Amino acid sequence: MTGYLKLDHIDKSFSRGGQTTEVLSDINLVIEKGEYVSIIGHSGCGKSTLLNLIAGLTQVSAGAVLLENREVNAPGPERAVVFQNHSLLPWLTVYENVKLAVDKVFSGRKSKAERHAWILENLDLVQMGHAKDKRPNEISGGMKQRVGIARALAMEPKILLLDEPFGALDALTRAHLQDSVMDIHARLGNTMIMITHDVDEAVLLSDRIVMMTNGPSARIGDVLAVPLARPRKRLDLVSDPRYIGAREAVLRFLYERHRLIEAA
Amino acid sequence: MAAPALKPASLVAPAAPPQGAVVTLPARKPEVRSGLMLTRAREIAVTVVPPLIVLAVIMIIWQIAFAKPGASLPAPSVIWAESKDLILQPFFNNGPQDIGLGYRILISLQRVAIGFGLAAVVGVLLGALVGQSIWATRGLDPIFQVLRTVPPLAWLPISLAAFRDANPSAIFVIFITSIWPVIINTAVGIRNIPQDYRNVAEVLRLNTVEYFFKIMVPSAAPYIFTGLRIGIGLSWLAIVAAEMLTGGVGIGFFIWDAWNSSKLSDIIVALLYIGLVGFALDRLVAFIGGLVTRGTSAQ
Repeated sequence: MTGYLKLDHIDKSFSRGGQTTEVLSDINLVIEKGEYVSIIGHSGCGKSTLLNLIAGLTQVSAGAVLLENREVNAPGPERAVVFQNHSLLPWLTVYENVKLAVDKVFSGRKSKAERHAWILENLDLVQMGHAKDKRPNEISGGMKQRVGIARALAMEPKILLLDEPFGALDALTRAHLQDSVMDIHARLGNTMIMITHDVDEAVLLSDRIVMMTNGPSARIGDVLAVPLARPRKRLDLVSDPRYIGAREAVLRFLYERHRLIEAA
Repeated sequence: MAAPALKPASLVAPAAPPQGAVVTLPARKPEVRSGLMLTRAREIAVTVVPPLIVLAVIMIIWQIAFAKPGASLPAPSVIWAESKDLILQPFFNNGPQDIGLGYRILISLQRVAIGFGLAAVVGVLLGALVGQSIWATRGLDPIFQVLRTVPPLAWLPISLAAFRDANPSAIFVIFITSIWPVIINTAVGIRNIPQDYRNVAEVLRLNTVEYFFKIMVPSAAPYIFTGLRIGIGLSWLAIVAAEMLTGGVGIGFFIWDAWNSSKLSDIIVALLYIGLVGFALDRLVAFIGGLVTRGTSAQ
């Protein structure tokens, strides 16, 4: 199983009004099954674009995204996305939001009762079973994001794509959700790719951290393997020299070698 | 109070030795129900009393202004004397052309229901097309913008020519009058669907029909209902005018008929009915809209 997901010489440029801006240049990355990979970089470096390319929401300009050696060029439930701002449909309850995904993905394969059980199982996985009949505007931001994760997981994706999933949350809620995601990753062994701009979050959660240079024409500057055994405990890691080392490496990359130069 | 601050901390003894004591708080008095009902009654009075007062004032002025013999319009007392059977008995049936105003309103409402119902369905579909496709917008929008300014009655002769019958013509006029705000508002609502919802639909690979019913319509629902509310108002405006010209048994024709037989009191009663029903229709659509868009508009 070498190379579950391959990003092969990807270029991406956007054209608008005759002007072409290259956002990503020559992105090469191989991700193994079950890996947790974070993509970190300053804002505007094209990390969200990269995630959209993997999701198939945007098309590559050159190169290819290969999942199990098949080219990805359209969105699909096998690459489920947890969106930054949860993207729950406000007119549906929590249960119905997950149901929409489950009904669509498993309509031929699971009976109605099985689908019902599967929805509840996924809501319980993110500890949201108690709020299944609430609407998104009746629950907190952290809870919405949990439901977003449940919806994505319920599609039984080959790869779970997380687009700054904790970005809009307060620090305590964020830590709580990070633990939940670690727990889910340990139990289900999903392949996960997460966009983040939080160094601690990247080190805590990832097997590898992909560090992007600044745009335009952002490249992968460096890939750092995080040599920490799982399960990881937030408190134990604080004084772990390997954790501190990894954290320092990422910080040095971001603030020494590729400091964001504010546009003049 | 400065004294304790000067003493060393160890010398400051608490006023009383610390003791665990249960402090009994006074039991909370239960909310007085009659008080609650009083505030409720007050709220109702606040909304109901001012319009009643204004109404009474208008009636009095009207009565004084038109009380003298030979006045051009009937005073309220005259209206009551001449047309009280119309007010008190909305549903009587004395043969084909002598029926209560309630029945006439129902017949007009039926026309509005058909015309407006068609306009709602076609309008939402066309609006979805225009909102979704840039080419449909380019092709259709200029035509819509021109046609929507055509006054309702201007459509009547041509629809009479096309349908060769009064009833479908009246329904067509309702349809063509009320469809524009539905189309335009739906299109705006569809254009304003957040990219996030589109992404969700794409990741789930929703097909066109699923996308229409599960994302488009609910997401654009607040806009659609704004359009429907304007549309129902316009169709109620149009039906009266159309019926005046096409005849039949609707409330519009009743007014025309009353005018021809110089029953001014009857006309005024009919106006009152039309106003109240139009108000009720508007509130009905607003109410349904409120129910349907509960989740969406709270965003």
